[in-house]
Amino acid sequence: MLGFVNILLGGIAYGFVLFLMAGGLSITLGLMGFANMAHAALAMVGGYTAALLIGKAGWPFLAAVATAGATAALTGAILERTLFRRLYQASELEQVLLTIGVVYVAIAAATFLVGPEQMAIAVPAWLDGNLHLGPVDLNRYRLFLIVSGLVLLVSLVRLIDHTTFGAKIRAAVFNRRMTASCGIDVDKLYALAFALGSALAGIGGALSVKLLGLDPNFPIKFLTELLIVVSVGGLGSLRGTFLAAMLFGIIDVVGKYLLPEIGAFIIYATALALLTVRPQGLIGRPR
Amino acid sequence: MIARFVIVAAAMLAATVSARAEDRPLKIGWLMSYTGPGAAAGAASDAAIEVFFQKCGKSVAGRKVEIIKRDTTGPAPDVARRLAQELIVGEKVDFLAGMDFTPNTMAVAPLSTSAKVPLLIVNSATSGILTKHPYAVRFGFTTTEMAQQLAAYASKQGVKSVYTFVQEFEPGLDAEAMFIREYKAAGGTIAGSVRAPLKATDFSAYIQRIKDANPEAVFVFMTASELPPIFLRQFKEAGLDPAKIIGIGDITDEASLPSAGDAALDVVTAFHYTQTHDSAANKEFTQAFKAIAPERPVSFVPVVTYDVLRAIYQVVEAQKGDLNPDRTMELLKQTKFESPRGPISIDPATRDIVQTVYFRKVEKRDGQVVNVEFASTADVKDPGSAR
Repeated sequence: MLGFVNILLGGIAYGFVLFLMAGGLSITLGLMGFANMAHAALAMVGGYTAALLIGKAGWPFLAAVATAGATAALTGAILERTLFRRLYQASELEQVLLTIGVVYVAIAAATFLVGPEQMAIAVPAWLDGNLHLGPVDLNRYRLFLIVSGLVLLVSLVRLIDHTTFGAKIRAAVFNRRMTASCGIDVDKLYALAFALGSALAGIGGALSVKLLGLDPNFPIKFLTELLIVVSVGGLGSLRGTFLAAMLFGIIDVVGKYLLPEIGAFIIYATALALLTVRPQGLIGRPR
Repeated sequence: MIARFVIVAAAMLAATVSARAEDRPLKIGWLMSYTGPGAAAGAASDAAIEVFFQKCGKSVAGRKVEIIKRDTTGPAPDVARRLAQELIVGEKVDFLAGMDFTPNTMAVAPLSTSAKVPLLIVNSATSGILTKHPYAVRFGFTTTEMAQQLAAYASKQGVKSVYTFVQEFEPGLDAEAMFIREYKAAGGTIAGSVRAPLKATDFSAYIQRIKDANPEAVFVFMTASELPPIFLRQFKEAGLDPAKIIGIGDITDEASLPSAGDAALDVVTAFHYTQTHDSAANKEFTQAFKAIAPERPVSFVPVVTYDVLRAIYQVVEAQKGDLNPDRTMELLKQTKFESPRGPISIDPATRDIVQTVYFRKVEKRDGQVVNVEFASTADVKDPGSAR
């Protein structure tokens, strides 16, 4: 029984890691409708920034994570200005091809710049070890991930649903020409939204390193998971992405615990079943 | 028109004549992963090739040596097969060597057999690769030889129950089957077994199962990569004692050990090479390697790479540069020398490596986590598959 509680907590924490990484993707892919396969590459940029700043330059953990977000935002903004913006009106296939190309360039660049080895991240003492709550051992870092995830969820939902910036984005995605004719600089708006999505990727990447590890293949390894989370959640819905990330995390960990023989496939089967019944995702708008 | 034809024909004739001369280069097709999950090992293997050339020169028995490297991009048998074909047919290589992932070797070995090109395997730890392929020789290790040794070690230590955890692919299943068979035969109890998919990155569910079963020790095999440090960290975070782990050396491979850090302390493993191995040959190799790749830890892949090239040079010298594949194989079967990992030889009956298996414990030395040898078994042969 106690084992099951631990497993459940493990699944929730894993779900939060997924949400931290997929939150940004739910903005660029879900909200803006841009098939952004390069999202996990931006998460990797964040991961390496944090790992190198902490490991080589001795920065404090939180400052390094914030800088990781900024670096990824800058990288994302540069990519958006030079490459991606040309393809907003193009077909999904072209968007996928270009962004997958960016992924391979990122893998090669990371191998060249930092080497193919696995990178570790050191966390401060207050995040290391376990918190003993009666019979349950809570891992401090996993707890920290859950808190960060909740903060992120609340602030994002507020930003998209309750601010003018969010309203403008939603308007621009719904009808670009009409929004532009209202005097809104859609071009700038998209660049900002893309930078925001990239910043989240960077922060998510930096925070996930301790749990998932980091090496140049990171962008490919987690792409499938992130895409499943965003599409099962429903395109354009942050709440849906959050729900799907939780579902994915818990089903994955619990499935592997109860039925290790087939555990790895349960999550794909669930995604398939869900998308067959609800092609628009859990909380997506019908297309 | 006719004049041009004559010129071309003459040029072709001249080319054939010069190609027949003794100065044609010795070509070694080198198949490794330089990108993808095996990239770190590929880069380390490259550095070892440099070390070898520095020490033994770039020519042997009057023939210039040319290593033609091809990137198999990780466990990708179709890619490996295509590249091997190009190397045999297009480049007409004298040797095929390298080979990291078992599936790649399984795809390349049949080509080596039908073209009679000797294949010298650096890693690929699954038993039974060699039986059907008379031109293949293994210089690395097998997971079954390590599992067999660890089963004997566990029962000698008086460990009553062991849980097994392996990755679900050929070498893992081999290791699991061998460990269970040998450990049970020695009177031990298997507390349970669980397998993780090769690409799983979150191990908390498997670790919880291990915790629930509360075994005295845990037998672990995971292929050397970025994953073992994650497993070790999660194992410790779950409140389990790393000293309970008895595993195959891949999990504390020198290349990824720093990333595991303190979570690897006291882990016991069996392996064929240890960076801190105390011998003159290892000191010399380690120093030369550090000079060429100071950033890269010395691990088993570069050492075996070095041994493979040394074996090739020996058989080429013995034939004075004029190679015959069957004679080459006869000579390879007699390979015997002192490697940086200790004395090695090839078993003439199976073409598999015979070497010392070392038991190591992870300790902290000068602030670094390292494997330290504390016992060994000499002249270990591959016991074959237990499946």
